[in-house]
Order: sequence, then structure tokens, then C-alpha cells
Amino acid sequence: MPLTSLAFPAHIALLGNPNCGKTALFNLLTGSRQKVANYAGVTVERKEGTLRTAGGRRVKVLDLPGAYSLNALSNDEAVTRDVITGHSAEAVLDLLVCVTDATNLRLHLRMVLEARQLGLPMVVALNKMDRAKKLGIRIDVERLAQELGVPVIATVSIQANGAQELLAALDKPLARRTASTWKAPDLDDVRTTQHTVQRIFRAAIQEPTVDADPSERIDRVIMHPFWGLLILGVVLFVTFISVFSVGAWLSGYIELATAWVAALVETSMADGLLRGLVVEGIIGGVGGVFVFLPQILILFLFILALEASGYLPRAAFLLDKPMSRAGLSGRSFIPLLSSFACAIPGIMATRSISNWRDRLTTIMIAPLMACSARIPVYTLLIAALFPGEPLEATLLMIGLYVLGIVCAMAVAWVMKRSSGSRQHSVLLMELPSYQWPDLRSLAIGLYERAMIFLKRVGTIILALTIIMWALYTIPSPRAHAEGTPIQNSLAGEIGRALNVVFAPIGFNEHISIALVPGMAAREVVVSSLGLVYAMEGNEAEVGTQLEAHIAREWSLATKLSLLLWIVFAPQCLSTFVTVKRETNSWKYMWLMGGYLFALAYLASLFTYQLTTYLTAH
Amino acid sequence: MPATLSAPLRLDQLPEQQWALVTDITVPPHGPDRELVLRLVELGFVPGERLRIVAEGIAGRDPLAVRVGHTTFALRKHEASFILVEPLP
Repeated sequence: MPLTSLAFPAHIALLGNPNCGKTALFNLLTGSRQKVANYAGVTVERKEGTLRTAGGRRVKVLDLPGAYSLNALSNDEAVTRDVITGHSAEAVLDLLVCVTDATNLRLHLRMVLEARQLGLPMVVALNKMDRAKKLGIRIDVERLAQELGVPVIATVSIQANGAQELLAALDKPLARRTASTWKAPDLDDVRTTQHTVQRIFRAAIQEPTVDADPSERIDRVIMHPFWGLLILGVVLFVTFISVFSVGAWLSGYIELATAWVAALVETSMADGLLRGLVVEGIIGGVGGVFVFLPQILILFLFILALEASGYLPRAAFLLDKPMSRAGLSGRSFIPLLSSFACAIPGIMATRSISNWRDRLTTIMIAPLMACSARIPVYTLLIAALFPGEPLEATLLMIGLYVLGIVCAMAVAWVMKRSSGSRQHSVLLMELPSYQWPDLRSLAIGLYERAMIFLKRVGTIILALTIIMWALYTIPSPRAHAEGTPIQNSLAGEIGRALNVVFAPIGFNEHISIALVPGMAAREVVVSSLGLVYAMEGNEAEVGTQLEAHIAREWSLATKLSLLLWIVFAPQCLSTFVTVKRETNSWKYMWLMGGYLFALAYLASLFTYQLTTYLTAH
Repeated sequence: MPATLSAPLRLDQLPEQQWALVTDITVPPHGPDRELVLRLVELGFVPGERLRIVAEGIAGRDPLAVRVGHTTFALRKHEASFILVEPLP
């Protein structure tokens, strides 16, 4: 080897199968020093961070998407292949860290052998070594390194000092080499590699005669056709109960804080337009959205913990058959569950569905899952419908959730019918061993979800709130002396125009106005309604009084009709932007908007007309 | 390969919890199923490996949860049908 090109590694990448603990190792190596974005031109998450070696040098680490093989079957795998074979815009890698699960080397060694052929400098991280010891798996690390021809380093990604050896290894200068040309292996190549894996495995690894992994025993209950479904029901029940109880309790504090800030500004600023903008527009609007951050985070905490423990893929297994009847697969379960928090991360989670038709169907129905932004509108209307009747209110709330799910399944079924595709959709999914979730990764995952949400609050929702406030405040050129300020505003003008469309489904001018910003973010419907009535001079009726006003002034038919509208209507600009980005198509974005609008309008029209008829007779 | 009396089965015909050895993989000449089979081989469904079905779906034995090595995979019947197995006594 020529000695001219020895250098310390500056760019390294973590390569490995899904479920090898690669991301937990990445989190341990980089801590909070990481950046999440997308790879150029594709909707695949790119995670990069910086680590400090034992010697104090800074090294850039790329956490490559999990891949079973370089023979890519998904976008994730294609990105991984392109990066390590040098067919991407990424910086040339100085070192490939091939992360393997020490308890599952039979599966993970093949990737090591495949990557080794590229000729890049490489080390193998034997992750989850603590667990391998516990399970009685004895690994001759020296022999393994000798067989593989690359250094092998034990790591424990869930221990604070679990990557010390790896960090020390990064202080050694390496020969710079670029990847040799990669050729997709065919079936015979793969078979040959698997023979080598079997041989190395027998030479370096001793397994206990009895499998000590409790996963199989747990699976007998968790995946039992009866008990498994019962457990799934209980898990979902506990999850949603927590979202509503704990979430509502925390939201109360956010409401208090918002009111306190608003009062503070009110007393310290002179009365005028600017104070109106800050108090009613910005604090009122943004605060009203912040309120359900706790609900989103609690739901995601459950989802992340259940996913990390290995439970969610089992739930997907249990639901695969029923969901395939509707033209989906079990893989759609996790994205759809996330959509109950917010459709955006839900739609982004569909990336794990390799079949395009399944993925598209899942994206299309994701907005029908009752996201947390609907909760305040539901709560307000239900409270107005059933004041002081908690049982009826709860049942109606559950009914609205179920209605969304049932309609989503119907839409999926129609999409499957109309596509006429006869191709088998593939499930092929790993059910990883059960494990306790890693708290560090849980915290980082939750933080990322919170940031997605807060960025929306900080951009789209803030902008909308300001625009809405302006529309309410600026008088229309055709203002009359007698009308109320809201009727004379630009918003009043728009409301009257929209009322032509919305009158048949029972919406009055006020609702029509409030729905304008609701089209872009449904969470602002409540604060907009508040704003509408406040601007009308019923200052006292805002807040808790809004409910009393609705209960008194709106007809039963209008309340029900608006509820149905919120279940179906296309009401979130960010979702549309996400759909456009994820499908890379305007067509699907408009298709989604169109079908949701049609569904919402028809459902509200039917409800309103029927209720009006029944209450009149 | 150990001599057994039982004839080879497709994996989707194997009874639940019955240990078996992979004997062969059916390779379709082309198309998406060939990619699928390549992936099955990459995941460790290769002759000589021991496996067993640890769980079955709610209706009609679909999908199947198959334990091979230290990994459990969820396969639909169609995916499992390419794997030929021989039940172990």
C-alpha cells in the first residue's frame, strides 16, 4: 500500500441493517450535535452529526438509512447504495462503520461482506454486545476480525461509555481509498456470500443450545389471533386515554400561560392597532395552536416507545389481513397511527412502504385520521351539543374518530378497485426482538417531532393568524355606517361571498369567515370564531363563553353539519405541501383536496338537510 | 442433508410451530417476484437454515411470522410460497 495517502478520517458513515441499533449508536456518538434534512432530490431523511474522538478531533458522521442489502428495493436502500458506492453528491467517505447486531449476526454479517467488496476502509461495530452476553451468545471477536479481514469493535449503544473503543479507533490514520466499482450481485453471488456467512458464523460464534431470547415466548401471546388483538385494543385505548387526560391537563397550563402573556402585553402597550395585532392576532392565534402540543407529544411518545420496543411491527402483523381487505397492508398501520397526532409525520412515515400503490393509498387517507388539530374544534362543538352530559360527549367524540377510520377504509377500497392492479403487494417485514426503548433516542425522536410542529406554528400558522387579523381589521371599501365592524371588514366581504357555497350546508356568515383560515390550518378555526365574535363586540362571549354562544345561537343541524365538515374537509395547507413533496406530483395533491372537499360537502349537506327536516317535523 | 421421509413442503403449507429445514428456493424467471426471492435469500432463507412458523394471521393463515436464525419475519403466503422446507422430526 502506498504510504502517501495516510490521513485521519474526517467523514465517516454508519451502515447497517434496520434494527441493528445504528441510530441509537449515532445518537450516542453525536449527542445533540446532529442535523436532520433530506438527501438531494429524494424524500429520504438524511441525518448527519459531529462526534469528538478520544483524541479530541471532530469527525462528521452520516447515519445512512437502514438497508438489508445494496440491491436496493426501497428509496432508503437506494440512497445508502449510492452514497457508499460514490454515486451521490455526498463527500467521499474516509471510513465505513458497518454496524451489526451482535445477537443477530447470522443476518447482519452478509451486509458486512457485501460492503467489504467495495474496498473502502471499514470497521465493524458489534453493537448490543451486552445483550449478546446475556443471551449466552459467545463471539470470538479476534477470530471474526481475522475472518472478515477488518477491525471488529464491540459497542453498546445504550450505555454512556458504550462507544469508547470505537472513538479511540477513529484516532488512527487510515489509507485513503475510494470505492471500487460496484456491480449488483445476482442470485448466485448472494448464495455464495451466504455460504461464506454460514462458514464464518460457525467459526467465530457459539450459540447456546436453547434460544434464551424471550421474544418467541412473548410473541405467542402478543401475536395470538385473539389475545393479540385484545392486547392491541388495550394498548390503543390506554394511548388515547393518556392523550386526552394528561394532554388536556398540560394544555390547561399552556392556556394559562397564554392568557398571562396576553394580559401582560395588554397592560404594557398603548391601546391601538399594534396592540390588537399582538394580543388578538399573534398571542391569541399562536397560543391557540400551542395548546395541543402536549397531545401531539404524548401520542408520539407512545408511538416512539412502542416502535422502539418492537411492538408496533407486531401490531402491523396482526392488522395486515384486515387492512389488506381494504387495499392496504400492515405497513400502513404505523403511518396511520401517527396521523392521529398529525398527518404530516404520518405521511412522511409512509416512506417505509415499498409498494407505491399501497403508499399512495396510505397518503391519501392519512388526513381522515382525526389529527390532534381537530380536538379543540370537536371539543367546542360537542360541549355545545351536550352541555353537562359527559357520557354522550365521549361517545360522540369516539364516533367521530371511528367515522374517519371507516371512511378512510372505504376510500382505500375504492382506490384499490379503481387501480385494478393485480400485482401482489409485498409485506416482508422484520419483527425485531423485543427490547426496552433507549431513552436518549426516545428524547431525540420526540424533540424532532416537536420541532416539525413548532416550525409550522412559527411559519404558516403565524402568517395566517396575522393575515386573518388584518382581514378582520381592514374595513371593506363598501363599508356601511350601520353594520358591525366584522360585517364591514374584508373578512366579512369574503364570508358573504363564501356563504353562497356554505349556506346549503347550514353555515352562517361567521362560520364561513372562520373557515377561511381553517382551510389552511384547521386548528385556527376556534380562535377565528373567537375573533369573529370578539370583533362583533361580544367580548364577554369569547373563550369559555364561545361554547355557550354556540349552544344558544346555532341550530342543532348547523352544529352537526360543522362537526362532519371538520371530520372530512381538506383543512391543512402543510399537509398539502407534504403530499406534493412526498408524491412529487401536483396531481395527487389536487386529487386529495378534491375528494376531501366533495366528501365533506356531501356529508355536511346530507346531515344538515336531514337534521333540519327531522327537527322541523 | 439429513434424510427424512417427509416430502418437501412450501413454507406456507408448514404447520405452525413445526421446526423445518430450508431445502430449496423456487426462482421465478423474471419480474418483481425474482427481486423478492433475491431478497428472501439475502435475509437468510437459504438451504440448511432451520426455521419455524411462530404465529399466523387472524384469518386464513395470512400473514405468517417465521423465525429463521435469530430473526422473525412477517411474510404473506405468496412470499412464503417460494421457500421449500422439509419438516424436522
